[in-house]
Amino acid sequence: MAKKVGLEVSVAVSEAVKLVDADVIAAYPITPQTHIVEHLADLVADGELRAAYIPVESEHSAMSACLGSSAVGARTFTATAGQGLELMHEVLYVASAMRLPIVMTVANRALSAPISIWGDHADAMAVRDTGWIQLFVENGQEAVDNVICAFRISEDRRVLLPAMIHMDGFHLTHVIEPIELPEQSAVARFIPPFNPPLPLDPEKPVTMGAFAPPFIYTEVKYAQDQNLRASKEVITECWQDFGKTFGRYYSPVEKYQAEGAKTLLMTMGSYSETAMVAVDKMRDEGKPVGLLKLRLWRPFPFAEFRQAVKDAEVLIVLDRALSFGGPGGPVCAEVRSALYDEINKPRVVGFVGGLGGRDISMAGFEDMIEQGTKVARTGSEQAFEMFEVRA
Amino acid sequence: MAKTKDKGELGWQEIEIGCFITEPGNAIQFRTGDWKSRRPVFDLDKCNKCTLCYYFCPEGCIAKTEEGYFLPDLYYCKGCGICAEECPKDAITMEEEAG
Ligand code: SF4
Ligand code: SF4
Repeated sequence: MAKKVGLEVSVAVSEAVKLVDADVIAAYPITPQTHIVEHLADLVADGELRAAYIPVESEHSAMSACLGSSAVGARTFTATAGQGLELMHEVLYVASAMRLPIVMTVANRALSAPISIWGDHADAMAVRDTGWIQLFVENGQEAVDNVICAFRISEDRRVLLPAMIHMDGFHLTHVIEPIELPEQSAVARFIPPFNPPLPLDPEKPVTMGAFAPPFIYTEVKYAQDQNLRASKEVITECWQDFGKTFGRYYSPVEKYQAEGAKTLLMTMGSYSETAMVAVDKMRDEGKPVGLLKLRLWRPFPFAEFRQAVKDAEVLIVLDRALSFGGPGGPVCAEVRSALYDEINKPRVVGFVGGLGGRDISMAGFEDMIEQGTKVARTGSEQAFEMFEVRA
Repeated sequence: MAKTKDKGELGWQEIEIGCFITEPGNAIQFRTGDWKSRRPVFDLDKCNKCTLCYYFCPEGCIAKTEEGYFLPDLYYCKGCGICAEECPKDAITMEEEAG
């Protein structure tokens, strides 16, 4: 039986990559992702993981190497963060359009300038439209479980899409948590071997990523969108199976104390843990507040999200990224548009906070909920509320 | 794109996974040169069948005729003018497509 051990979350993620028996790891180290790829390099060097480890000269090369490796049918993993993810940007589109099921952990980090090695979600939001499956995890156990699930989802023939697992830099990557690593044999039963329908094979040549004239590009892009949308069913099916096999269940939008809540707060990633404690305290004081944790970001779980908020009066959305000069945080903007045509919908209040590693304490979340509830009543002259910004 | 169907007919559900091309050389199914602005015109009275245009054409769209002359397939010619530049007999002139 698998038992809980105290592990740094980065190390645990590398152990999960070993459990799925990845064939190729191509990565470039960047804070705060470094421990993941360092530990993987150790596992490969020590012969614990039989894989090719490709140390590349940049993140652009890392993702390019991943393309080739996944294209021949090798189970491929990489990890990056912040500017590293930005340097990969153009190659990310190629991976999804060529249906290559690469799995990548992103140790979310704020973008320069000024340089910040600390966490927020600006990197994740900048790659929102690259066609990858994207999920956010809130603790170490979720990170491990979802690395395992991501390989099964991505490589499923109904999906064949790359997946990013967003886990907050430092708040998750550098903390030690009690984590249960599943047995390798159970993981092997859970994930069938990767068997792509059209691999690069000299015996049966194919051309990948070739030229598409105007008469076909539109059809290709529509097919890609339909494909990503349809992956939601496989994702939820995988999470169900994972729950039955390993006892931990995941869903696209997770509700916490949401029953009967008039005000809902929505968060993503590790800050959800603090938000839960704040919500517990407010509930004890008799305040009808609850929490939604958005785990699946792409494909966006429209039906599950609408269902989760339909009885609330106020929905407060925390964004840890800023769309400069735009309608507010990217998550809040998307949530507003998802609710626009609904008859019964909560009033949506957007906060931007937790930027560049700034903590939001339990008292901070209580404040945010109180302030948000007030703004929902009075209205606001701003597109969004900048949380705890000094004047 | 990989399945053999004419230009403009493939629906989004018919496209090969990842828009991969499974049939080598399938560009022949598409008129890849219909956007060129200049076209080479060959004067066979001047041509001495030296083969230089045939070897220099980067598109490989010049073929030998039954009489041993050389002529381009204008559906694939890109109008680069290399054949005209290389022809030692000045038998090829580039003419504007428009007009
Ligand atoms: S113009 Fe260029 S492409 Fe056309 S036949 Fe001459 S060399 Fe070939
Ligand atoms: S290069 Fe000129 S002379 Fe030589 S074969 Fe071509 S057209 Fe004829």
